[in-house]
Amino acid sequence: MAMAPEPTGPAAGEAAPIAFEWSRLLRWDVAVGILLVAVFATGAGSTSDFASSSNLSFALNDIAEVGLIALPMTLLVVAGQIDLSVASMLGLASSLVGQLWDAGWTFETIVPVVLVVGVLGGLLNGWLVTSVGLPSLAVTIGTLTLFRGLASVVLGTEAVTQFPATYTDWVREDVPGTFVPYPIALFAVVAVVTAVVLHATGVGRSLYAIGSQEDAAFFAGIRVRRIKLVLFAVSGLFAAFAGIVYTLRYGSARADNGLGLEMVVIASVLLGGVDFNGGRGTLGGAVAGLLLIGILKNLLTLNDVTNEVQVIVTGLLLVLSVLTPRLVESVTTRRQSRALRAGDAPTPPPPSPRPGLSTRTG
Amino acid sequence: MNKSDSVRPPVLALRGVSKSFGAVRALRDVSLELHAGEAHALAGENGAGKSTLIKTLAGVHRPDVGEVLLNGEPVVFHGPKDARDAGIAVIYQEPTLFPDLTIAENIFMGRQPRRSLGRIDHRAVRRTTGELMRRLGVSLDADRLARGLSIADQQIVEIAKALSFDARVLIMDEPTAALTGSEVARLFSVVEALRAEGAAVLFISHRLEEIFSLCQRVTTLRDGRWISSEPVAGLTEDDLVRRMVGRDLDELYPKQQTTIGQVALSVRRLTREGVFRDVSFEVRRGEIVALAGLVGAGRTEVAQAVFGVDRADAGEVRVDGRALPPASPTAAMDAGLALVPEDRRQRGLVMEMSIERNIGLTGLGSLGRGGLVRRALERGRAADWAARLQLKYNRLSDSVEVLSGGNQQKVVLAKWLATKPSVLIVDEPTRGIDVGTKAEVHRALSALAADGLAVLMISSDLPEVLGMADRVLVMHEGLLVAEIPRSEATEESVMAAATGRNTHSGRAA
Repeated sequence: MAMAPEPTGPAAGEAAPIAFEWSRLLRWDVAVGILLVAVFATGAGSTSDFASSSNLSFALNDIAEVGLIALPMTLLVVAGQIDLSVASMLGLASSLVGQLWDAGWTFETIVPVVLVVGVLGGLLNGWLVTSVGLPSLAVTIGTLTLFRGLASVVLGTEAVTQFPATYTDWVREDVPGTFVPYPIALFAVVAVVTAVVLHATGVGRSLYAIGSQEDAAFFAGIRVRRIKLVLFAVSGLFAAFAGIVYTLRYGSARADNGLGLEMVVIASVLLGGVDFNGGRGTLGGAVAGLLLIGILKNLLTLNDVTNEVQVIVTGLLLVLSVLTPRLVESVTTRRQSRALRAGDAPTPPPPSPRPGLSTRTG
Repeated sequence: MNKSDSVRPPVLALRGVSKSFGAVRALRDVSLELHAGEAHALAGENGAGKSTLIKTLAGVHRPDVGEVLLNGEPVVFHGPKDARDAGIAVIYQEPTLFPDLTIAENIFMGRQPRRSLGRIDHRAVRRTTGELMRRLGVSLDADRLARGLSIADQQIVEIAKALSFDARVLIMDEPTAALTGSEVARLFSVVEALRAEGAAVLFISHRLEEIFSLCQRVTTLRDGRWISSEPVAGLTEDDLVRRMVGRDLDELYPKQQTTIGQVALSVRRLTREGVFRDVSFEVRRGEIVALAGLVGAGRTEVAQAVFGVDRADAGEVRVDGRALPPASPTAAMDAGLALVPEDRRQRGLVMEMSIERNIGLTGLGSLGRGGLVRRALERGRAADWAARLQLKYNRLSDSVEVLSGGNQQKVVLAKWLATKPSVLIVDEPTRGIDVGTKAEVHRALSALAADGLAVLMISSDLPEVLGMADRVLVMHEGLLVAEIPRSEATEESVMAAATGRNTHSGRAA
């Protein structure tokens, strides 16, 4: 990717000269990138058709919606927040597209209306988190159900399918001369913008500060609530947009479109080494995680692996992605702290490496 | 001083201990003897090796060279559990109790007395807790939840827990840093009682007067080396400081003469219901105004309302004549206000971020065009202020976690001074930092005031208040009760106002 030179990754401690080279190699997002290349090479070598441009085009387009949602999700997770309602918002957007199209609206009217609904849904999440002060996990579990319910109210159990080719084509076709479908080209552009925002702007710096220590960010004059509110609104916006893309790509508007997709989004982001607790991670890592999941899924499908097994693989990857950076980190910090906390420890010692010390109850 | 020296071997001792971490030699040939019934102070600046020494005694570290002696016999602790079983207990500055368990449950966590079928014998737990509290001479209810206990009370619980293990050696790592005067007094009486029962105490504090009032012997470390072990009697504070820093310290309170100028900060009738009310004061350019009072008097809350992190219910704050909108730290910063908060680990710094990013955090709009952050500007800003404040660091990209407390405080100062404020509010600027760095922070504040900065300094450290302030404001129970000019400020006058003279004093935090 074009960015992510900054070692904010899990093993970001350049602190000790001794641990320096290690930390470079052990950065989780880099490791995922290497794994991605390895999986790609293995797939190209073992599975015929895998590296063909038509398959790659298909495989890429298959992650378009997840990818578009994963970009703002990365920013949210870095800021210590999460939005679980995205797939339901996708479904709500899809229902609205279907219902309004059925009612005879033009596409040029439908798109802005649906996007506004997405922003409103995101603002609802953001308002509940910032003004009411609820944890985003709880809030968005609620709106996950709420939005999906609204989707069913809008469209019921029917499906709207007759979308004209003029609209469906652009989501299915490649940018001329490449194997990159238009939605993925859009994703790439937004990914670069997101990467710049996260890694090279004051807003990006603020996100890391909010994610690692919200109090300190607030005391430094950062508009914590406003930033969070905007993030949730953007997340809603992209989820609604992904709903439009999804509807056109499958040519079918249904209330249960994208059911459970939020888990794939979050799996991608976490697999890319973005810390669930906030404050750490790179956009490059998240994109690598996303591509890895997409390519694995494609490879497994090409090799006739059943969907159930694919789900299990994704699940294992997710567990692995949460577990491994922790293990890597504990190894490196132990290595570093041995070197660094040599004199008077400047900070109270972390409770973890000293189990059972009599005066510590933890 | 101690007759048992010659008769019995020390309860716990280190002999010729060295310990290295990679290239860093944390301890070099250090020896220490702790005797029963004696309170022994460990003095030294941050980075002198005190924590490593404690951890060696507590079984966390094993010495590379030298040995640990228990009752004169060499022992090897394979972990903290071994040390605990040998009767060594460590009390940390910030205890970690389970907030949702009662005091009694915390004390007996994991080793509750049992009745038949493995049921916990709650009566025995409570009864024993009661006995422990009586032994310590404190009245804490065994059934009270740990949540909401003051740090002082939490420490008492930790000490009670140590007693329940029959600890014979009590190691206290800066236990008083967050305590009020009366809490310190209570802690000391508890320690005295334990000492009278024959416990050996190792006590660490940056407050020299505490070493003199509590301890019989003091061992000084500097740069990992043993400097001296001697009776406290006959030492002066200056002697001890000289041993710690290895040179004569420049004046600890280098107050410069300044010309006092225009009003920079004006606070009028600021009120937050139930916290403070009708607080009015002014701070002028070039002036250091101290805000004194007991912990809990509302000083920090006033500062936070002035800066806008808390919303005031009424009143007005003006900076350079301009009224600030309520509850907007961003607007306060733009107007030239800066707040160095009391809790630097939680509020002052993002601990896992690098030095340069922490310093850059207050200037994200000014480090590049269009919201972009230019690395070179970010680093330049950090390097500039690091040099001005004599920050000791390895690399600017190191996380602030690895810095000592004093240097962390300098990063917080740097972060705020880099905003070029006209009014600086500092809340407990030197709490928990060593003597050498303390003097540097004082010198920096003094120089800033001389350059025309208006400084409002909240401090519970009376010598600091008297040494640094041009004027002392005193709060008591949410009210501003006194304004004392430098010439009339004495420990007595400030304390009299802080305790509300005729009203009841000694409120806990």
